[in-house]
Amino acid sequence: MSEVAQATLTMTRARVLAVEKETHDTFTLTVASADPDPLPPFEPGQFSMLYVFGVGELPISISGDPGEPERQVYTIRSVGQATHTLVSQRPGNMIGVRGPFGTSWPVKAARGKDVLIVAGGIGLAPLRPVIYHVLRHRDDYVRLLVLYGARSPRDLLYRRQLAEWGRAPDTQVLVTVDYGGLSWRGHVGVVTTLFRQVRLHPSETVAFICGPEIMMRYVVRQLEARGLAPEDIYISMERNMKCGVGFCGHCQLGPYFVCKDGPVFSYRQMQPWMDTHEL
Amino acid sequence: MTEPAAQPSGAVWLTREGLNQLLGALRAQGYEVIGPRLGEGAIIYDRIQTIEDLPAGWTEEQEAGRYRLRRRQDDALFGYNLGPQSWKKFLHPPVLRLFSAEKNNGEFRILPPDGESPRYAFVGVRACELAAIAVQDRVLLGDQFVEPNYEARRKELFIVAVQCTRAAPTCFCSSMGTGPQVQGGADLVLTELSEGFVARAASARGAEVLAAIERRPASAEECRQAEEAVAAAAAQIVRRLDTRDLVRRLYEACESPHWDDVARRCLACTNCTMVCPTCFCTTVEDTSTVTGDRAERWRKWDSCFTESFSYIHGGSVRTSVRSRYRQWLTHKLASWVDQFDMFGCVGCGRCITWCPAGIDLTEEVKKLLAPV
Repeated sequence: MSEVAQATLTMTRARVLAVEKETHDTFTLTVASADPDPLPPFEPGQFSMLYVFGVGELPISISGDPGEPERQVYTIRSVGQATHTLVSQRPGNMIGVRGPFGTSWPVKAARGKDVLIVAGGIGLAPLRPVIYHVLRHRDDYVRLLVLYGARSPRDLLYRRQLAEWGRAPDTQVLVTVDYGGLSWRGHVGVVTTLFRQVRLHPSETVAFICGPEIMMRYVVRQLEARGLAPEDIYISMERNMKCGVGFCGHCQLGPYFVCKDGPVFSYRQMQPWMDTHEL
Repeated sequence: MTEPAAQPSGAVWLTREGLNQLLGALRAQGYEVIGPRLGEGAIIYDRIQTIEDLPAGWTEEQEAGRYRLRRRQDDALFGYNLGPQSWKKFLHPPVLRLFSAEKNNGEFRILPPDGESPRYAFVGVRACELAAIAVQDRVLLGDQFVEPNYEARRKELFIVAVQCTRAAPTCFCSSMGTGPQVQGGADLVLTELSEGFVARAASARGAEVLAAIERRPASAEECRQAEEAVAAAAAQIVRRLDTRDLVRRLYEACESPHWDDVARRCLACTNCTMVCPTCFCTTVEDTSTVTGDRAERWRKWDSCFTESFSYIHGGSVRTSVRSRYRQWLTHKLASWVDQFDMFGCVGCGRCITWCPAGIDLTEEVKKLLAPV
């Protein structure tokens, strides 16, 4: 057997179709397969390993519409050398894609319920596929609630879409920033302060949370205080990853490998592990 | 046929010349034969040609943080226990090129791999090491995904196990249920006695190789001596690890102050993970030529004892040595069970011997679980 031909480790070559600047440090890449096979379909919340020739590979959540899998969308914040080379790609460039990997937000199990999305910063990116999915299958769900917090107005992702989604039927989009500045007319405060503005039906709600761990901890506390059960709360975890398929060992978190047992976990699963420092 | 055929259950007697023929037969079948030999001041695993390469008359002295080669009174070929290296050096190599690629007119192409995977025959595999190979099989072949480089090496592998007839003070295989008696996973199982070996085939391939070399049925006396020799090794084992309810008890000890005590001694040098036969963690390094038209990806052993291991944007998850030792030990003896339904420790004791600070996990577990 060829040493690179095995499906799980095989890279699909992909062409960058578009690069969109979201904020001062965050960019969205749209890519499509440059090989005979299209990029495989994905579920909301899954990630891929993106390879830049000679530079390296990074785990990046898919942020596009799962209904349009052949054009995959990735929103990347430039925080280091590897992410910088990714966001510096130009249309026509070639990158490598392995994936999709990992667990997904259980959108099917949430049918017939309210979907509550709580996102912090770049954490909105892996949740955007859920929003696309709910809006595409609007009758399968009751309300769609999106609570989104960012550091400052200039850090807000998908601003045009946030406004659009807010106009969709039975959809509430609330945005907050930690520091508003002079021109900001919106809400100021951490994302948990937005809970005052929504009425939850705890037994009829499934919550999907993604953001910094400290933010997720506080959001979970709020949700539990409002009566949501741990099995109706889902969070997406981040750890160092080199392989994406459970071989490199880097992404371990307690008994889990974030790459294959996650990144999406129910809070029921993660509860015993989340409050241990340096786990 | 005048000669009795070797049955998988029938023990045979091999002289040293018979063992030499065995090595030759394996090489004739295209195997690269790997076995113990003296090197780097220790008994290491390397290519061998004949029994002349084996460490005749050598043994070792092991204790926490200590390893010394010693002369034996006799010229036993397998009269030692374990050196620093394990067979993962060959099945899961420390450094491996995963692919090379070239770029032309803005398009890159992954190049086909150069050459076949090696076809190994291991000679001198101990019971605990067979267990360690089974652990890596579970991790790299038996979960959601199959690691192709390991699979290619593993499926061709021929294993000649040699049972221990002595135990080092660092051994605790009997606590982990892995030895010293070989329980399975080998093609041939040998037990060394003073003049030769009691051998039995444990697979069809093993029987086939055995059939091609000089041998005779082993006598009942020889079989009894072989059994006694292994029992003697079992009786020499002094270290113990109590595995009863270990998973729950270790998870409960996750905030024990004893982790700080270990952290004061642990140098985070990564030795224990390098010598461990089950540790599988790796990192990757991408390289490119100065002209930028050729790139490679290399995989290298990594260790949870490094700070960079858990790095994500903003810093490492495990900055303290306390948290890294806790990760390692808890993984070996608790979370590994959740992940793979088995311990990640086979009781070989290498991490005890090769720890420059002499940290002994069996002692640390006792202290971690001691009632406060």
